Amino acid sequence: MSDYKKPARLKALGKRITACLAAASCAGTLLLTGCHGSRGSNEFVIPETFDTAKSIELTFWAKNDTNKTQTRIYEKAIKDFEALYPNVTVNMRLYTDYGKIYNDVITNISTNTTPNVCITYPDNIATYMTGSNVVVPMDDLIADPKYGLGGSELLYDGPAKEEVIPEFLEECRLGEHIYALPYMRSTEACYVNKTYVEKLGYTLPDVLTWDFVWEVSEAATAKDANGNYAVNGQKTMIPFIYKSTDNMMIQMLKQLDAPYSKEDGTIEIFNDTTRSLLKEIAGHAQTGAFSTFKISSYPANFLNAGQCIFAIDSTAGATWMGMNAPLSDIAPDKAVEFETAVRSVPQYDTGNPKMISQGPSVCIFNKADPQVVLASWLFTQYLLTNEVQIAYAQTEGYVPVTQKARDTEEYKEYLAAEGTDNDVHYDVKIKATKMFIENTTNTFVTPVFNGSASLRDAAGQLVEDVTKSVKRKAVVDDAYIDDLFGRVTALYRLDKTAAATGGKAADLGPLPGPAKALIGTLVVVWVLIGIYAGSDYLKTKKKKAS
Amino acid sequence: MKKIFATLLAATCALSLIGCGGGSSSGTASTAAKTEDPSAKSEGVMTYAEYDAAALDTGVTIETYVQGKQSWWDNKATLYTQDGDGGYFIFEMPMSEEEYKKLTDGTKIKVKGFKSEWSGEIEIVDATYEIEEGNYIAEAKDVTDKLGTDDLIKFQNQKVAFKGVTVEKADDSGAAFIYNWDGSGQEGDDLYFKVSVNGQTYSFTVESYLTGADTDVYKAVKELKVGDKVDLEGFLYWYEGPNPHITSVKAA
Repeated sequence: MSDYKKPARLKALGKRITACLAAASCAGTLLLTGCHGSRGSNEFVIPETFDTAKSIELTFWAKNDTNKTQTRIYEKAIKDFEALYPNVTVNMRLYTDYGKIYNDVITNISTNTTPNVCITYPDNIATYMTGSNVVVPMDDLIADPKYGLGGSELLYDGPAKEEVIPEFLEECRLGEHIYALPYMRSTEACYVNKTYVEKLGYTLPDVLTWDFVWEVSEAATAKDANGNYAVNGQKTMIPFIYKSTDNMMIQMLKQLDAPYSKEDGTIEIFNDTTRSLLKEIAGHAQTGAFSTFKISSYPANFLNAGQCIFAIDSTAGATWMGMNAPLSDIAPDKAVEFETAVRSVPQYDTGNPKMISQGPSVCIFNKADPQVVLASWLFTQYLLTNEVQIAYAQTEGYVPVTQKARDTEEYKEYLAAEGTDNDVHYDVKIKATKMFIENTTNTFVTPVFNGSASLRDAAGQLVEDVTKSVKRKAVVDDAYIDDLFGRVTALYRLDKTAAATGGKAADLGPLPGPAKALIGTLVVVWVLIGIYAGSDYLKTKKKKAS
Repeated sequence: MKKIFATLLAATCALSLIGCGGGSSSGTASTAAKTEDPSAKSEGVMTYAEYDAAALDTGVTIETYVQGKQSWWDNKATLYTQDGDGGYFIFEMPMSEEEYKKLTDGTKIKVKGFKSEWSGEIEIVDATYEIEEGNYIAEAKDVTDKLGTDDLIKFQNQKVAFKGVTVEKADDSGAAFIYNWDGSGQEGDDLYFKVSVNGQTYSFTVESYLTGADTDVYKAVKELKVGDKVDLEGFLYWYEGPNPHITSVKAA
């Protein structure tokens, strides 16, 4: 333990929040209104000019991957922006988890203390928008000739609208409006121990299929006479580990053209294809061929110790993958030598690959002063300048969200220098980046609506539950899956979404006893006040009459 | 009339407060201190040795005593617990925030769940619990001489002490501590620092969900200077090796 290790999953979740928030967070639905009340602001109107004489303080809630370089890039971006706009001060609060940002934003909506600018996912924005005018729509801002993307009055060289990758900008559309700008994009990659694949007698294809991954994974569970796994000679081998099982299920369904959800929020995940996939996953979990991050640990730890062959994680986790990875949590004496290959996630139809698009976007919260909102917009837009985009993209397997940044010589040289060192030009990271760039048109996102974040969690829960259950010797059959569908529906309140209730407020059940007592007490107090006031009035009247 | 009204109002306000207070206290066991054997078990409950021997992914039933509360989130609590023989880390056990508040250091609980392993950390997951009569607060065991040895893992999840250790540079900047494992954090995030014993250097964590920025230990670590001699106490958490969560720092 002479070296530090990154925080374990203890930091994968937020911490103490109120019961009200917990319920809202789970439901991600109309509950928010009940919990927090409606704290709307006036609709934002773009000021004619930005007042550079007015002192403005902005709060920026940022997310990094527990990565010091990313923190420094944010800090430099703020410093450079403040130099251009000396009347604006940007205070950054750093997070390492999207869920924690989401929780804190919801808490602060109720008190009108949201940040000005916030890294987020569109799924979360859908929940933030439960209040009126909470999140600023960006359509007019983007198109504004003076302060819009590439606007004439900007003090920096930002991208024009056409220079933002259109697929990524569209991901920020909720209904009729754009509510965020994309900041960085990533997808998932399969990091493969090619050495072990070949040792097992297989040839690694350019595009992985699910059948191939399952077959090799099963082959890797064979043990020798001493009870060690034959492929690595160790007591531990989990051939296939998936980090984000929500993405796993979502991508499987998309590739099979099976239902997941509709744009209007209709939940469709509980179908026969899902059932069939869960049975298949359970079968491989039962043999020990498959596990998940939540159940076992980070795929990178097993991959680098020679205890995993197919490790699926974000391209934004590439610097942890491989024997020469610049970042690693395992002890040096546990690491083994092997060749790391990078592939897209497994496919059902290799001629029509489909993979998820993910990564942070930036939204702006509405404030009473339009100058403050405009300053927020100027800073948000600044995050899309080449300097910020290229620097941040190099920290992990991210890709810039603007063609303007991708077309620079600086970025092209970065990609061309793949493998020239194990730091900025770490080959696995740049291979993951290139894989994503080559597949930009093969990416997709799921429909965003109030409740879509819960549905995403539910998709992952299905995979986690069947995997855990078979490890505990439970039988995953139709009866089990029927029960699982019911439990997950209830847990994530998927029967309480607006679409499920026909747009009506969800039935939250009877009031709890203490609430009934409180309301009853208040009624009594008001009655007594009325009696007292009435009595007082009659006495006064009587006195006057006498 | 005014007096009667005032009395009634006070009474109704008191009732109102009761209403706001929510939750009854039924089911809460007395925490009155008494002498008891923290290793003794009720019928049908595993001894620590039986728990230790149980295979992963099997059901376990234990009796243990809360020693530290790491976090409560989304109606799930994560706890450091211990009986007279060993430690049990209980990960994300479902409970309401009110129930969480009822658990204090020393509270005895009976836990049913599944034994699991996550990056070397042995823990109980998917658990249910009930509060039982009894109270026990473990003494921190001095494991200074176990640092760097294979024996240290025997104390996993227990309250332990490291005595007379010397604070070393946390990173190349020469600071005595850093925020987050790589220095990427800020106030309120986990603190990381290093100490040496017998020429070997080891890293320690102040886990911010367990002991946040307003706690004595968090403040104490921020005051550390390279070269200070200190005594440490904490829980022996595990993540790809020992990863102690420090709860106390005092001058040696």
